[in-house]
Amino acid sequence: MAEGTLSPVEERARASVERAPLVAPGRTRGWISDYVSSIVEAKTPRWWWVAISITGTLLLVLIACTTYLVATGVGVWGNNHPVGWAWDITNFVFWIGIGHAGTLISAILFLTRQKWRTSINRAAEAMTLFAVICAAIYPTMHVGRVWMSWFLIPVPNANGIWQNFRSPLMWDAFAVLTYFLVSVLFWYTGLIPDLATLRDRATTKVRKFFYGILALGWRGGNRQWRHYEMAYLLLAGLSTPLVLSVHSVVSFDFAASVIPGWHTTIFPPYFVAGAIFGGFAMVLTILIPARAVYRPLGDLITVSHIDKMCKVLLFTGSIVGYAYLMEMFMAWYSGNPFERATFWYRATGPYWWAYALMILCNVAVPQLLWFRFFRTHVIWVFVIAMFANVGMWFERFVIVATSLTRDFLPSSWGMFHPTWVDIAMFAGTFGLFGTLFLLFIRFLPMICMFEVKAVLPSANPDSGGKL
Amino acid sequence: MDIAGNPSSPLYGVGAEFASAVDLVRVAKELRAAGYESFDVFSPFPIHGMDKAVQSRRSPLGRIVFIGGLTGFLAAVALQYIPSAVIYPLIVHGKPFGFFAIPAYFPILFETTVLFSAFTAFIGLLMMIGLPRFNHPLFNWDRFKGVSADGFFAVIESRDPKFSKDETGRFLESLGGSNVTVIHED
Repeated sequence: MAEGTLSPVEERARASVERAPLVAPGRTRGWISDYVSSIVEAKTPRWWWVAISITGTLLLVLIACTTYLVATGVGVWGNNHPVGWAWDITNFVFWIGIGHAGTLISAILFLTRQKWRTSINRAAEAMTLFAVICAAIYPTMHVGRVWMSWFLIPVPNANGIWQNFRSPLMWDAFAVLTYFLVSVLFWYTGLIPDLATLRDRATTKVRKFFYGILALGWRGGNRQWRHYEMAYLLLAGLSTPLVLSVHSVVSFDFAASVIPGWHTTIFPPYFVAGAIFGGFAMVLTILIPARAVYRPLGDLITVSHIDKMCKVLLFTGSIVGYAYLMEMFMAWYSGNPFERATFWYRATGPYWWAYALMILCNVAVPQLLWFRFFRTHVIWVFVIAMFANVGMWFERFVIVATSLTRDFLPSSWGMFHPTWVDIAMFAGTFGLFGTLFLLFIRFLPMICMFEVKAVLPSANPDSGGKL
Repeated sequence: MDIAGNPSSPLYGVGAEFASAVDLVRVAKELRAAGYESFDVFSPFPIHGMDKAVQSRRSPLGRIVFIGGLTGFLAAVALQYIPSAVIYPLIVHGKPFGFFAIPAYFPILFETTVLFSAFTAFIGLLMMIGLPRFNHPLFNWDRFKGVSADGFFAVIESRDPKFSKDETGRFLESLGGSNVTVIHED
């Protein structure tokens, strides 16, 4: 049937079935290379200097606090009996959770052939690495005598002591380290063809050398691509169970203990869902401003992409909400008085405001995303993502603090009060994260160019593709 | 025909540029049909269906990674078993090292398996595609720089038994290739 003969109803039906294009129409391969590379090649914009001076200052605060902590002792934090794990573990879980969205986008969405991932995966994976770096600071500092943290590595030592491999903290060390290294490999493998683009476009000697070394001499022949695609698939296949395992292992830190409120089997899936929720919120938090600064990126990271990310946010947020309910239900249903008391305390004790904030931010506010209006207006998406960021921090704080402030015995009850070092260090990690991310935007292609080119209609030989 | 590189150095091959991914798949099929073996097609992104067109076998990387993963698994078995059962036996959860304590060793077994597999995948990839290699005859060809932006190229190497500089060049031209170029090693 010719286009003109469709009735309005039919037209609307067709429009609702057709998928939005992944790249705005009219954007060619050449444009993608030119534009994405130009972000790296252009003169450093003024906003970048302003932004990095802010994040850089915060980073200095982090360095100063860390130095002070190492020089003085871990007591400069507010951690004390009974809350031995406080903001440090909260922040650790918060940051490591953020990382999970990057791996979900790069690996799980790759295996499930979600092609819309291509324009956001590079930045999300970078976010993963930087978030894991921020996370790793906390357990390292929390050991107190930082110079002894090499004791986590199973190597023969002069004391003849070996690690307890049955400890969740040891699992955690292995899981986080593996996660970081595998994420670096995955990220770098994905970068190689794009680094070759920057190398081939380079006009200055320094750039030619820098990108030339990093691109390893990539040529883009089918002999390379066929192994490359296999390696990428394998890395995606390995990262998928890995990312699920990492936050499960993080949750074991709690679940394998006997503390009421922690000792539950729901923790691994609950933590993983929460991590993806928080991570997607952070992806949106950094991509929406990037998209606002570099306007044409809106043709690659379209409203349709944002819409899809919002759906993930809504879905995982609802899983998290379900987990909160289930925790409450199980506490009641278990008949265990300590379990019941802990959860009652969580919702009504002195930390009720943290619990209420968590429910508001993670469960209530994301429900707005059922409405298309909120999913397609980026300002609203940004606001909702901000709520989720805050909510996920409070979720971890609620888990860590409420269970520890009320132990089995009233004699070991007490509140937690953060010190200025706690607060400054947490702000400092945002400085570290922001600085790394700004450097990433400035020196590496923030969109995976070759993958976006591959999802253009013209890339598929079966489409009879033109261009 | 254009010349890339130093004409007094040995011949590397003859290359041509094509217009699109569709063309390149067709060219690869034609080259195969004409009996060429040592050739490669270059594109800014992996082209769906190209492996079939050039009749390449499935990449053996998967098997290599399996071996890497197995090594990681066995390494983790040794790493945990030897200290926990032999050098420094510990009783944890009221259990000595033994069958019923095994689940507690799973996380590290899993993580180490993944770690070794991923490194094998990365290093195996580099070995298979012959990187890092910072100098290559193809880099003598200026137009070839377009391969990482939006260029599609086919290059037939001189080591192919069917190769003859003029005839191969003409063949590429007859397939629709433009900027047919003779590429030298240096």
